Amino acid sequence: MLPAVAQESKFRPTETYLARRRIIARLMSFLLFMAAAASVLVTTGIVYVLVSESWNFFRQVSLLEFLTDTQWTPVFAEPRFGILPLLTATLWAAGIALLIGIPLGTALAIYLSEYAPSKVREIVKPLLELIEAVPTVVFGYFALLFLTPLFRMFIPGLTGFNLLVPGIVLGIMILPYVVSVSEDAMRAVPSSLREGAYALGMTRIQTSVRVIIPAAFSGITAAYVLGMSRAVGETMVLAIAAGQNPNLTGDPREGAATITAYIVQMAMGDLPQGSLAYESIFAVGLALFVLTLFFNLVGFFLRRRFREVY
Amino acid sequence: MPEAIMNQETYRQSEFARASDPSVAAGSRPNAISDTLKADVRGLSFWYDQFQALKNIDLPIAEKKVTALIGASGCGKSTLLRCFNRMHDLYPGNRYDGEIVLLPENQNIVDKGIDPIRVRLKAGMVFQKPNPFPKSIFENVASGLRVRGIRDRAVIAGRVEEVLREAALWDEVKDRLDQSAYALSGGQQQRLCIARTLAPEPELILLDEPTSALDPIATAKIEELIEKLRDHYAIVIVTHSMQQAARISAYCAFMHLGQLVEFGTNETIFTSPKEKRTQDYITGRFG
Repeated sequence: MLPAVAQESKFRPTETYLARRRIIARLMSFLLFMAAAASVLVTTGIVYVLVSESWNFFRQVSLLEFLTDTQWTPVFAEPRFGILPLLTATLWAAGIALLIGIPLGTALAIYLSEYAPSKVREIVKPLLELIEAVPTVVFGYFALLFLTPLFRMFIPGLTGFNLLVPGIVLGIMILPYVVSVSEDAMRAVPSSLREGAYALGMTRIQTSVRVIIPAAFSGITAAYVLGMSRAVGETMVLAIAAGQNPNLTGDPREGAATITAYIVQMAMGDLPQGSLAYESIFAVGLALFVLTLFFNLVGFFLRRRFREVY
Repeated sequence: MPEAIMNQETYRQSEFARASDPSVAAGSRPNAISDTLKADVRGLSFWYDQFQALKNIDLPIAEKKVTALIGASGCGKSTLLRCFNRMHDLYPGNRYDGEIVLLPENQNIVDKGIDPIRVRLKAGMVFQKPNPFPKSIFENVASGLRVRGIRDRAVIAGRVEEVLREAALWDEVKDRLDQSAYALSGGQQQRLCIARTLAPEPELILLDEPTSALDPIATAKIEELIEKLRDHYAIVIVTHSMQQAARISAYCAFMHLGQLVEFGTNETIFTSPKEKRTQDYITGRFG
């Protein structure tokens, strides 16, 4: 039966209920704001510590020397602070990792998203993500004690500590990130685009390369940037298998300490706080931060430039 | 292959016999028409896994004519359309029975031995929602040519312009061919998709409710375009709009629950349908 007058409806909410609802809504929005603020606060805190500690370092070592000197000998009687040896080692290892991880990861993502039957995908994806669960120290000793001796049988000149093998292992380690993020992006491409491509008579590979990848480009770039940041920031594998010796080299068969390997080596020693060597940890940390930030920005602009809305 | 040729000859003769003598046609098989055929659906059934979506369909598709498939949602008209380019093969568990014979090749395109990609090279499709690729306007139209191994830039550029003119889109896009197709309006995107379908000169054009996502003005433009195309291509269109079917089709098939209830010329279906269900549907009493 319809109520005689609308105000008489027994479904009208009471004022107390409406007030309670308003308080809950305000509380939730405050809690969510705090969560967002906390993450910003932590990041700002890290940057503040990095910059302020580095400040002391750069008062004693000029930025020019830091960026151009070819020697990194912080604990020598006459210390030299040129980041180039550490930086090149980092870039070598990350470069090799990307050379392995990106093509392999992209191919695997295409296979899983466009080719594999759902049963295969349901088995392969969790297996791949299991790689993430392996402690990095295990990968480090795997590189040092198993793969390096194996590779030395084929590659002449490969030393016990080298950049090549940990680079390759790093490539395998970033595989889950690259695959899972880019596969998600490819699967998120609407099926209307996929059907449109097949309706034009395209084969699977034509559909993947000509339609799916361009449509998923933004997500695929994100996957690459994530892999890149992970490779640049990885510590354990390189500290173990690439050695601890700063070495400006153009040959990945040699060992060389990366930025992260240097940090962990110094942090494990008992350096007096306030010494130049101690402060150098923060300086190279800052450099690493700037490097990853740079790659993230490149990725950001690439995504903006090639973003496709569908 | 002499045997194949002979079969084709025999087929044409029987076709001729049917066309010249309506009583033979009516007796030999249902839904015979006097036009030259582009395709002939014979006893086609289709299953999504266990669910039978099409039941023993017989339907002739005339060359250079528009055949409209009408019926309520879920009647199987889109399912039938998607058999013509084997779209169902993209998903596991789908099964065809019966024949769709493409003429004059006289080839059963739903046969298991026929590669669906080969079928799709002959039958182009336009979808409900415009689905341009994330590429430039030019590359969208060129993509059908490129995947057929055509590399010559002048040939591609020439054909792109030609079909954009055919699709009445050229004047609107000629100055921004390298812009993203997503910069176009919905109606323009749909005409772009039609141009993309026309570019490789398909033998058969399949339109799956091509105007259902468009406003009346854009719809009018697409219908105008279909009226221009129907003299050159065999067109099958699925539509929810009775007026659209009445306006543009030469033949019309009314489907209900996976069955073809009635097939006939536009005039027969819309002025004097034989079946009560057809009558009820076109006058809006159900569906």
